[in-house]
Formats: sequence, structure tokens, C-alpha cells
Amino acid sequence: MTLLKNREVLLALAILLLVILVAARFPAFVQPGNLVNVFNDTSPLILLAIGQMIVILTKCIDLSVAANLALCGMVAALMNGAGVPLPVILLLVVALGGVLGAVNGLLVWKLGIPSIVVTLGTMTIYRGIIFLMTNGAWVNAHQMTDAFKALPRTLIAGLPVMSWVAIVAIALFTVLLTRTPLGRAFYAVGGNPHAAVYTGINVGRTQFVAFVIAGALAGLTGYLWVARYAVAYVDIADGFELSVVAACVIGGVAIAGGAGSVAGAVLGALFLGVINNALPVVGISPFWQLAISGSAIVVAVAFNSSLNRKTGRIILKPVETK
Amino acid sequence: MKPVLSLRGISKSFPGVKALQGVQIDLFAGQVTALIGENGAGKSTIVKVLTGIYQPEEGTIEIDGKPVRFATAQDAQRAGVTAIHQETVLFDELSVAENIWLGHAPRTRLGLIDRRAMRAGAQRLLASIGATLNPDLRLGDLGIASKHLVAIARALSTEARVVILDEPTAALSHKEINELYDLVETLKAQGKAILFISHKFDEVFRIADRYTVFRDGQFIGAGAIADATEGQLVQMMVGRSVDQIFPQRSHNIGPPVLTVVGYNHPTEFADIGFTLHRGEILGFYGLVGAGRSEVMQALFGITTPSKGAVRIDDQVRVIRSTHEAIAAGIVYVPEDRGRQGAIRGLPIFQNVTLPSLTRTSRAGFLQLAEEFRLSREYTQRLDLRASSLDQELGLLSGGNQQKVVIAKWLATKPRVIILDEPTKGIDIGSKAAVHEFMAELAAEGLAVIMVSSEIPEVLGMSDRVIVMREGRIIDEVTGARMTPETLVRAAAGLAEAA
Repeated sequence: MTLLKNREVLLALAILLLVILVAARFPAFVQPGNLVNVFNDTSPLILLAIGQMIVILTKCIDLSVAANLALCGMVAALMNGAGVPLPVILLLVVALGGVLGAVNGLLVWKLGIPSIVVTLGTMTIYRGIIFLMTNGAWVNAHQMTDAFKALPRTLIAGLPVMSWVAIVAIALFTVLLTRTPLGRAFYAVGGNPHAAVYTGINVGRTQFVAFVIAGALAGLTGYLWVARYAVAYVDIADGFELSVVAACVIGGVAIAGGAGSVAGAVLGALFLGVINNALPVVGISPFWQLAISGSAIVVAVAFNSSLNRKTGRIILKPVETK
Repeated sequence: MKPVLSLRGISKSFPGVKALQGVQIDLFAGQVTALIGENGAGKSTIVKVLTGIYQPEEGTIEIDGKPVRFATAQDAQRAGVTAIHQETVLFDELSVAENIWLGHAPRTRLGLIDRRAMRAGAQRLLASIGATLNPDLRLGDLGIASKHLVAIARALSTEARVVILDEPTAALSHKEINELYDLVETLKAQGKAILFISHKFDEVFRIADRYTVFRDGQFIGAGAIADATEGQLVQMMVGRSVDQIFPQRSHNIGPPVLTVVGYNHPTEFADIGFTLHRGEILGFYGLVGAGRSEVMQALFGITTPSKGAVRIDDQVRVIRSTHEAIAAGIVYVPEDRGRQGAIRGLPIFQNVTLPSLTRTSRAGFLQLAEEFRLSREYTQRLDLRASSLDQELGLLSGGNQQKVVIAKWLATKPRVIILDEPTKGIDIGSKAAVHEFMAELAAEGLAVIMVSSEIPEVLGMSDRVIVMREGRIIDEVTGARMTPETLVRAAAGLAEAA
């Protein structure tokens, strides 16, 4: 029974149920090849959701992740056009993403501006920079080298590199959050910032680190996205930040901070991924897809808050049985 | 003369505490009655009874000789009783006029708020207390003194007959205090009955006509200020303190551990210097706002002093952050433990190990087994009642949460532990346990600083007592001078009785 009270387990069961329902009508959906495709499709969302989850843990939010992704993706495409070797491009996009995240983090840390305001601003600024760099021009497939486009699709042990990146990130950040002092600090800062200060934790710096992590992940995803879809322009991943936040919320990450897990964020992302991939197969119109994704968010939040209420303070003692 | 409002035989208790036992107060029109008493005497409880927030178990409240009942705060307001608190409860984002009329604004014929009448009324009320505030100003842009004016204008707008001023001068500057005194005179002239709560003797003698003294929730005496002397009031306030039992102390005092020299802060305190020894409990006594917690927060690296040095074991330590304070062996258990101590969403063991993670990790990775061992060791010492150390902290009772917070600090193996009001708001049984535990810590050689506003506790537990007033150390009391009278007089800035 305790297993059933675990929100991650429940979410996994919900996803399983969803997959079974779809499979009942379209058995092809559950063929291993297709499931791999679904996971691979969802990998960018997973990567960004992990970063966002860490930011939300510290009582902040990063609305600029999709713009960061687009800017880093464009820079990757332009560097590729200029003949920069691929390993250098990879390093630079991660670094650039980290720097863009650091800008958010510094504004939150040093100036004390609420993160929602900071990232609402930088979200527009980052997109604006892409426009300034390109004058709105697209970088198309024929302007990219083959090696640049091939990397995310390269198969290793039957899985594309893009999926492997997501898997490595899941493992890495699970360890970071559960097994290092930094991970513990994220939870402490979000759980009670005042108490964290008294415990010797630098709250602002911890939030800053969270933004840098989210930014670096967005930068890396920027390359993967542009290479996979073989196109870069100002508006790629437009509005994607909301799906990322949705994945976190569905995955049980408390928007007030202090509670959440990598597993939850990943499952939240997979839930949205399965819905997005399954509904067209079942023949549900795209208009319904939006409504269904939206309902899932509301249901998940309502569910999480009812789960939280049960863990409130127990005032009445249970009747002792002797 | 008949009292406007009179309380008789009021009793109110909370689990484990009798806050008021059969107390009485009379308030007269056009007179200021000062309510005097130490912390814990029941002053704020009686204010809450008068304003309908608490309902007493026994006793009667009469207005003009007719018994009334205040079941809600609205009942009290309708009966003409209003309170102005230390921290004014007003709305920063609303205008002055809106604050004055919130909840009973004048209406137009259509039932909408009549903004013109509201503005005019606000101006009239403010003028009646000699204030020249613009009613359109946003309240948040005003200083505390002006906020008090708004609060008083609001009180007048409800046609209050009884005005309670709950330590109104605590946060005011000298000039603002004088303006407040003038205002009290204005209210008196308008025939209001005023209850003035304070523990500053100079102001009581300056503005009060009558006094009422409470001690430990009991009525001690009342009369005209003109007939009383400072000595009598101090005597009544302190009395023969209740025979509370404090643990036996070993008083085995070792070499100095912490030396503070010439500590200064631009706004909070000046010239702080003292030495703390191994195995010693050093009490810090003073009125609320004397700067005791501010000194401790500076020692713990939360605020930065402008001048001064801290030595631990004769080594100068620079403390610019809590991290450095913990590394230097100083820990601070804050007064507001719920807000500043407990992280309710995290499991017990993670709360305990949070400041000790560098010790419980290996090669940068947390060792959960080691964390459990450490937290088990310290929570057992404190006799924590919990089903498992994996339990969320928020599920525990307040007393047990406090044990976890203390265990957290002990687990860092500190040299100096600062306890800020360690028994505030806990019942008598838990108090005794905390006292017992402090004695144990000192006996083990820890150097303890206890900030406390409770005289019996300060005298019963401390080896020495430092008294602070207005940001300065004004006395260090030891040996035979450790009496309630000495502390109260020093804290209130009165000369020592001959």
C-alpha cells in the first residue's frame, strides 16, 4: 500500500494504463521500435524538465529555457556553418547555455528580482538576440554538415544518441540530487529558505547554481534539437517552456519549492510524450490533444495537493489497540 | 467616577499554561491606565480578551455597568473597543483613507463606496488628532509613526470609546515618541478611556493617570500613578518570584572560549564586549528590542558588524557568514524556530545533518548510513519521539521539532551554543526539560549563551547575566547582585535602589 501512495509509482501506473489503452486499439503502438521513438521524441522535454525541476526545487522558475534552447541551437548551427569542429560546438553550446542560465541566476541572486520576472524578460531578450544575429533568416538542412545532423540519430546499442543523452542526464542528476551536499541544499533552500540561511547555506548562490544547470541542459538540448530537425530559426521550440513546467507539475514537483524528484520530472515528461504521440495514432484531433494535456495538468495538481493534505499534521492520535 | 469598561475575575488557560487567573481591570473615560508586567505576565492575553480574539473561561466584561460578551473581534469593535498594536495591522498597498475606512466605508445611494466622503472623513479624523497626512498616500510609503496615526484615525472612525495601545513606542524614535504622547493627550481630551501597555517606567510616569500591575497571570494591584513610586511598581512587578525549580548546576567554569571586543553595528548596537568561558551559562537580559538578538545574529554571521573582533580560544576569527560561524564553532538556535529552524518537508535525519554534511560525506558524496548514525546519536540524546528518522519533520509535534533543531546544532560539535529565548511558547514540562538539558551541556564543557526575557529563567540558569538596553551593555550582574530588582532596574534604565 505504501508503494501505491508514492506519487512516482502512481504516475508510472497511469502512463502504463495509457499505453495499454492505446495498444488495445493499435497494437503497433507498443512495438519496441515505436516505444523507442516515443522516448526519443520526448528526450528534449526530459532534459529541460530535469533542469526546470531543480530550479523549481529552489523556489524559482525559469521561463527562458526554450529561448535559451533556440539561441544555443542557432549558435550551434552558425558555428557549424563556419566550420567549427563538432566536439568544440558541443562544449560551447553547453557553456553558452550555462552562461545564459547564469545571467538569470545572477539577477535573481544579486538583485533579488523574482525569477518569474527575470526569466520572462530574458526569454524575450534571448529570442531577440537570435533575430539580431540572423535578421530572421533560417539555417536549413543543406547549410548543415552531415556529421552535425547525424550525431543525435547515431545508434548505440539500438538507441539513438539523443536518447542516451537523456538517460545519462537522468542518472547523473538523480545522483546529484540524492547523493551530494549540493543536491540536499536545493531541497533545503526550497523547503525553508530562512532555516537554510541559519544552517550556513548560501540561498542565493544555490539558486544561481540551479539556473546554471538548467541553462546548460537547455544549451545542450539546443544543439540536439537543431541537429535532429535540421533547421534553426528564431521561433523554434516556441512555447516549449510551458510544456516543460507542465511536465514538472505533473511529475509532482511542488511549485512552492522543496519537493520533487528527477524520476517525477521524467515521468511527467513521458506522460506528455505518450499523450502527444498516442493521440494522433488513435485518431483524436489535435484540438483535443491540447485540451487533454491541459486536463492532465489540472488533474495532476489537484491530485498532488490532496496527497499533500494527507501528510499534514496529525492532531488526533490513533486509537491505541492493546 | 464609574469605569467605562471593567473586567472582573477573568481567567484564560492554554494547554499547560494558566495565562490569566481571575484578573481585573477598570478603564475610565479621559484617563490613561498603564498595564505593567514582565514578559509572560498576561498583558497580551488580556488585550486579546478585550478585543474578542480570545474568549475567557471565567469572568465578566462590563461596559457602562452592563455585562457584554465579545464572541468575535467584530463584537468588540462594535462595542467601541479598539486596539493599536506594536506592529500595526494595516495594509501597505492601500491608501491612508482606504485603511481608515476599510470594512465600514461610507456608501453612496447605489451601495458603492463613496470615495469623496471617505476622503473627507479621513481628513477630518486625521485633523482631529493634529495630523497633516495626505489621505491619498499609499500606506507603505509612510514611516511607523505615521502608520500609528492612521491606526488611531481608524480607531476613531469606528467611534471607539476604549483605545488600547499595545507597546506603541517600541519601534519609535525619540521625536516620534513625543508626538505619540501628544496624541495620547488629544485622545484623553476627547474622553476616550485608554489602556496603555508598556514596560518602560519613564513613559508610564509621564503619561499614565492610573496603573494596574499583573504578575504571572494574576492581578497584583492598581491605583493612581500620583500615589505610586517607581520602587513600589518594581516591587509589585517582580514580587517574590514563583518558586520554579531549576536543575542543579555544577558551576565548573573553565578557561575563556569566546571573547568579543568592541563590537559595533551602525544601527543595532554599540560597544559590545564580553568573555564567555567553558562550562558557563551566560544570560543576556533586556527588554524586547534591546538589541540582544541582533548581537547574537552578528556573532553568527547573519548580519555584519561595522567594527569589532571575535576571538575563539585566543584566535581571532572573522565571521562574515553563517558558514564561517559554524566552522568557528558557534551555533545559534533562533527564537523563531518554526521559521528559522525547521525544514518541515525534509525527513528528520536530513534536518539534523544539514549543517554537518561535509563531515558525513566522502569524496563529495553523501553517506546515508553515516547520516543516520549521526542523527540517531543526537536525537536519542534529546529523547526525540518519532516513529522513524525517515519521517517528515512536519509530522512531529512542536516540542519534538524543536528537539530536532537543537540536535542539528549539537551534531556540528560546537564550542559555543547561543539559545535565543529557548523556552518561549512551550509548556512548563518541556521548559524543565530544556533547562535540564542546558545544564547538561554546560557540564560537558560547552559554553552557553542564553538570551531570555524571563527573569526567573535568567536568574535560575545563568552563572552571570549581561543586561542590555538600547543596543548597549549597561550592566554585568554576578553573585549577590543577581536579583530580580537589579535586572528590572538596569533594563529599564533606573538607578539601583540604595
